[in-house]
Amino acid sequence: MLKHIKGRIISKGIGEGKAVVTNQPLSFLGGVDPKRGVIMDLKHELYGISIVGSVLTFPQGKGSTVGSYVMYQLKRNGKAPAAIINASSETIVAVGAIISNIPLIDRLDVDPIAAIKPGSRVLVNCVDGFIEVEN
Amino acid sequence: MHLNRNDEDILAGELGAVKQKAMEILVALGDIYEAERLIPIESAQIAGVSYKTIGDAGLEYLSDLTGSVTVPTMLNPMGMDRYKWRQMGIDESFVEKQLAIIRRYELLGIDAQCTCTPYYVKAPLRESHLSWSESSAVSYANSVLGARTNREGGPSALAAALVGKTPLYGYHLDENRVPDISIKTDFPLTGADFGALGYVVGKIVHSRVPQFSFVTPPSDDELKALGAGMAATGAVALFYADKRATTSEILELDRSDLDIYSSSEPDVVVLGCPHCSRSELTEIARLLEGHTVERPLWICTSRFVAERCRSVISRIEATGAHVICDTCMIVSPAFEKRSMMVNSGKAFEYGPSLCNSHTVIGTTAGCINTACNA
Repeated sequence: MLKHIKGRIISKGIGEGKAVVTNQPLSFLGGVDPKRGVIMDLKHELYGISIVGSVLTFPQGKGSTVGSYVMYQLKRNGKAPAAIINASSETIVAVGAIISNIPLIDRLDVDPIAAIKPGSRVLVNCVDGFIEVEN
Repeated sequence: MHLNRNDEDILAGELGAVKQKAMEILVALGDIYEAERLIPIESAQIAGVSYKTIGDAGLEYLSDLTGSVTVPTMLNPMGMDRYKWRQMGIDESFVEKQLAIIRRYELLGIDAQCTCTPYYVKAPLRESHLSWSESSAVSYANSVLGARTNREGGPSALAAALVGKTPLYGYHLDENRVPDISIKTDFPLTGADFGALGYVVGKIVHSRVPQFSFVTPPSDDELKALGAGMAATGAVALFYADKRATTSEILELDRSDLDIYSSSEPDVVVLGCPHCSRSELTEIARLLEGHTVERPLWICTSRFVAERCRSVISRIEATGAHVICDTCMIVSPAFEKRSMMVNSGKAFEYGPSLCNSHTVIGTTAGCINTACNA
């Protein structure tokens, strides 16, 4: 079954991949290895998980604003997520997604962390402002 | 958010891809924080300059940028003194990366004055809108100079510098500049006490707008130390020190609440967080008069101030102390893993986390005394 959910476009583009989902905020600086695209924050529940080509779904960013540049580095290294879904975006992830051309959507009609099962296929359309979830 | 014709043109890419991305950033921030429009800024100040802080990630991003900023823009401290890096023990691979970062910023038309006190180089006008990212400078601009800026991140300040505008929200608006908690101190405070007070109050008030009442009016240097401490342990961007308490919530502090000073046998004593003003350098020179430094003593200031205080600096350096510019104890790798004594609430907060350094705080006189008695 395909679920169609509307949201707010923060960074334009279209991306599709398998969902990686967490209800914990994420710091890209110190939290994600820019060379491998793997969560490296020992205290994060996604520790050791690859985000390469995924639809990374988390509440919002945290930590240093240098995190925006780490997202850029991930993209240049070919290790970025295909798209990002936030419950409510803040500056670090918003800026990082824009400079890195990673589609980013937030403020969905339903809570994305509850609605998206980890591993399910998700399409993020940040041209028309919706996501499609295959559950 | 409402965009005018000119903003729309930039967003459509008519002034190139770099400005287009910068405008996309400002529009996204405007949407997130529900700004109604963009407003012109007088100047920008960009954090994320030290190679220690932004690393290869930042250098790679900056290396891909072209074009130039449209308003006067300065930088936060970098990881070393531009000329005295050897003396600081910085290795050459770091120097190479650091200078590459500075070159990239300069190619964007940015004035590579690397200081957390850009207001000594050029003070913003009252009521002017800014996009500054150094948290202590944000506090000083809002609270002492009467200008208006949010606490920007490095990347968002850079976007604002490229476009010359920022979204109208937060501390740019009157409604968010109203004090909401009063802090009473009915005992005399002087010098470094204000940094200690900031350290303590920041933890309590987080991102609120405190209003202080003091026994005697603080100097601008003391307000600088107060704001820097609160911006480090909290996220205070604006405070008031010029009025009697009028808020409904009042917090009374005792002298014992500020009892965070300690003495120790540190590897190194470092002053100048935020960067020293002329009057702070003069005070340090006075305290050092007739003494010899026996434990490494480093004093951080801006190149702009240093060039205008040559004789004071000669007096300081004659005692064996080192005055360094463009950098500070927190963003330089030179002070990592060494025990530090500082006179700053801000450096006291960041020393352990950002330098992995056992850090103690004392008064300026206490620091000088420790440096001169090993």
